[in-house]
Amino acid sequence: MRARGQVDVAAGEAILSIENVSLAFGGVKALTDVSFDIRKGEIRAIIGPNGAGKTSMLNVINGFYQPQQGKITFKGKPRTKMRPHEAARGGIARTFQNVALFRGMSALDNIMAGRSLAMHVNFFWQLLRYGPAMAEEVAHRRRVEEIIDFLEIAHIRKVQVGRLPYGLQKRVELGRALAMEPELLLLDEPMAGMNLEEKEDMSRFIIDVNNQFGTTIALIEHDMGVVMDLSDRVVVLDYGRKIADGTPEQIKSNQAVIDAYLGVAR
Amino acid sequence: MQSAARGEALAQAADTFPKLLIQNAKTLRGRPAMRHKDLGIWQTWTWDAVLDEVRVLSVGLADLGLRRGDKVAIVGTNRPRLYWAMCAAQALGAVPVPIYADSVADEMAYVLEHAEATIAVAEDQEQVDKILSISDRLTRLTHILYDEPRGLRDYDHARLQWITDVQARGPKKLAADPNTPAAWLDSVAQGQGSDLAVILYTSGTTGRPKGVMLTFDNLIISARNGNRFDDLGSDEEVLAYLPLAWVGDHLFSYAQSYTAGFCVNCPEAPETVVEDRREIGTTYAFAPPRIYENLLTLTMVRMQDAGALKRAMFHYFIGVARRWGEKILDRESVPLTARLLYALGNVLVYGPLRNRYGLSRIRVAYTAGEAIGPDIFRFYRALGINLKQLYGQTEASVYITAQPDAEIYAESVGKPNIDVDIRIAENGEVQFKSPGVFVGYYKDPDRTRETKTDDGWVRTGDAGLIDERTGHLKIIDRAKDVGRLNDGTLFAPKYLENKLKFYPNIREAVAFGDKRDFVTVMLNIDPVAVGSWAERNNVVYGTYQELAAHPLVYDMLEAHVREVNQSLAAERAMAGAQIRRVLILPKELDADDGELTRTMKVRRGLIGERYAPFVGALYDGSKEASIATEVTFEDGRKGVINARVAIRDVAVSDQPAEMGKAA
Repeated sequence: MRARGQVDVAAGEAILSIENVSLAFGGVKALTDVSFDIRKGEIRAIIGPNGAGKTSMLNVINGFYQPQQGKITFKGKPRTKMRPHEAARGGIARTFQNVALFRGMSALDNIMAGRSLAMHVNFFWQLLRYGPAMAEEVAHRRRVEEIIDFLEIAHIRKVQVGRLPYGLQKRVELGRALAMEPELLLLDEPMAGMNLEEKEDMSRFIIDVNNQFGTTIALIEHDMGVVMDLSDRVVVLDYGRKIADGTPEQIKSNQAVIDAYLGVAR
Repeated sequence: MQSAARGEALAQAADTFPKLLIQNAKTLRGRPAMRHKDLGIWQTWTWDAVLDEVRVLSVGLADLGLRRGDKVAIVGTNRPRLYWAMCAAQALGAVPVPIYADSVADEMAYVLEHAEATIAVAEDQEQVDKILSISDRLTRLTHILYDEPRGLRDYDHARLQWITDVQARGPKKLAADPNTPAAWLDSVAQGQGSDLAVILYTSGTTGRPKGVMLTFDNLIISARNGNRFDDLGSDEEVLAYLPLAWVGDHLFSYAQSYTAGFCVNCPEAPETVVEDRREIGTTYAFAPPRIYENLLTLTMVRMQDAGALKRAMFHYFIGVARRWGEKILDRESVPLTARLLYALGNVLVYGPLRNRYGLSRIRVAYTAGEAIGPDIFRFYRALGINLKQLYGQTEASVYITAQPDAEIYAESVGKPNIDVDIRIAENGEVQFKSPGVFVGYYKDPDRTRETKTDDGWVRTGDAGLIDERTGHLKIIDRAKDVGRLNDGTLFAPKYLENKLKFYPNIREAVAFGDKRDFVTVMLNIDPVAVGSWAERNNVVYGTYQELAAHPLVYDMLEAHVREVNQSLAAERAMAGAQIRRVLILPKELDADDGELTRTMKVRRGLIGERYAPFVGALYDGSKEASIATEVTFEDGRKGVINARVAIRDVAVSDQPAEMGKAA
């Protein structure tokens, strides 16, 4: 079991709440009337069988999709329409199910890219890489190096990301998301395709991020062992509907969840 | 001459590491003493800065209750603060006890408790967790300090302290008591060369680890002699990446740095060592053979992926280097064309390779710990890297013998170092006497007596011989494995076996000869190498057994044995131990059958019993032998193979082989 930090999750206020959200693509209903919340400082897992609408849910949260119905409140402010870059500016960062990095760039540059929103010096100075731009870059680089140190990827700092093994690419991607210093971090299957050792490493990083930086994390994951160990609360989707919501212990014994996973005669 | 050298060394006033540090802070003020790559940047501490850091840490440790004679365990990888903790403890008269960072909790518990450590300085959460998990068995441990705070924030800090917080006690103490600096200097001044400096636990292949006690004199005189041997000065750069608990690192990265005044660089992480070495450009390096092997393998693999032009260029110039490189390095005379070709190769291939290895500026590189393959050894020397072999022990403060520049013989480990005397005992064991000879094993007088002779020599446990042509020492085997033929000739089975195994066709070799009239061997073919040879030469076979018994295979292996005999004939002590008869085993020796250890070493005794009919036939002159031997299949079932094998007589050579050809 993991030791909890200073954040008392149970009493925490919601950083994000989702009320009665529905999303459809033409006639296909991806999400139907889903409501749940994510509390400040917690690790929240979203699980469900394939096609349950998990990734759609993340896409709704970071503004990639616009739900047809429902209300989303982030940091106390209800929002209607939001673009992904606005979500990013608002403090939501994410990683993707399939690694989405700049393959030709080094790990360092990829993570540096995560800082671009925080750069304030104007384009002209940045082009010259002189004066205030240099000072700013030094400050950002320091932050990035702290992340590199944190994720233990110093040895691949200058390696082209395309040449890295998958597990490390995933870590670089997490690094880029962390570079934004997000308040809410969305992880879409952070451990897909990893072996046991890589999974253990990644789990430790997720816990450390949560613990050390106090970052709220929402993650989609298929490995039930990982989900149950890692998360504070779990929401279960099936066919676009929420079928359960609660602590890992509650979810484990929930009949609807067992049926969804093992299948029942319908 | 020896006593003169010793006198000169002792004449130098600074006889402990804290005193050396104070001296260096004066004489080398502003010069780098230590670097650590942190957050992607090399952070540098000058000698005076290191003194400041060590002093506050030392005062902080005293404030925690560390007293003269106490032991401080140091657990972790190479980081500046761990080295400083050693010096800080020594300044108080306490004794640092470095512990292997990768030891499991159980081993750590033994060493911590045996050493009676009161304070442990750990690198990070991993090590702290390990110590905490065994804390109920550690009766004397009062405080645990850590260097890297990550992940430790929420731990109970009753006994746990961040090393920086301990250092912060220094200035506080100073503010409270103005006598602190003087008191600290007094405590440093109390230390003497003959005091215990460090206890290094050797892993030991059998039984519990032994704590080797070394004094300041042991380490400082040995380090100074080493500096003189290789002409090391204050502008060397070394990379500290080998275990702190290993005497090699303690001497190279601590004792020699303090005595010669050179800078020690701590890598960012264990994985970045190669890259960090390249950035620093080390001038003095040390690595076990395994590291050189890995670098070479990596190069060869990369070259296979390279374009045809690059690959051809690489192989052509490596050929040139193998032919002339070593001679040029040893300043022998070579034809002008060879010199020009080598110079071209240097620009195109050798220089870039050395740069890749981080050895562009290397002056002296050592390999030690175990035997290095002559081919690998020569590869690096051919590239112009002054790689040398060294033979040493914890009990000797490292140095016993080393190869002097330009006197390199791949199979020898060199000449005795400055002030070291060696002798070969009656049973072939190498014994030495030197200023570095250890005080004893901590709390273990019995084993100390077993190792030190009454007249002050130390038994190494290794059998060796002195090459009369060169005066260099050769290590041939563990002393306990060395036997004698009936006529009294020295029989070193592993030495013969290694010579045979150097041929790719031979997977394993088992030599017999102790208390016999002559030497015989049983060989295992290497199925991959021999199999591919068979394919190329249209040798038809169905099973391993068939291939092993094939007359052409016998011919080939017999030729190998003859070559080995030739190379043995060149060595007087070994000439009588040439191989007379040989057979090829019908089955692979296997750890599952107990014939090999799990680390793939042959169990000679057990094999001798199991294959007793073979051994008998090897010595009764028969041309054939048969046996029924038990095998264990993959699924654990047992079976019996019946086999008939031929035995060949091998010609004994009285002509020494051409030098260097047969290795």
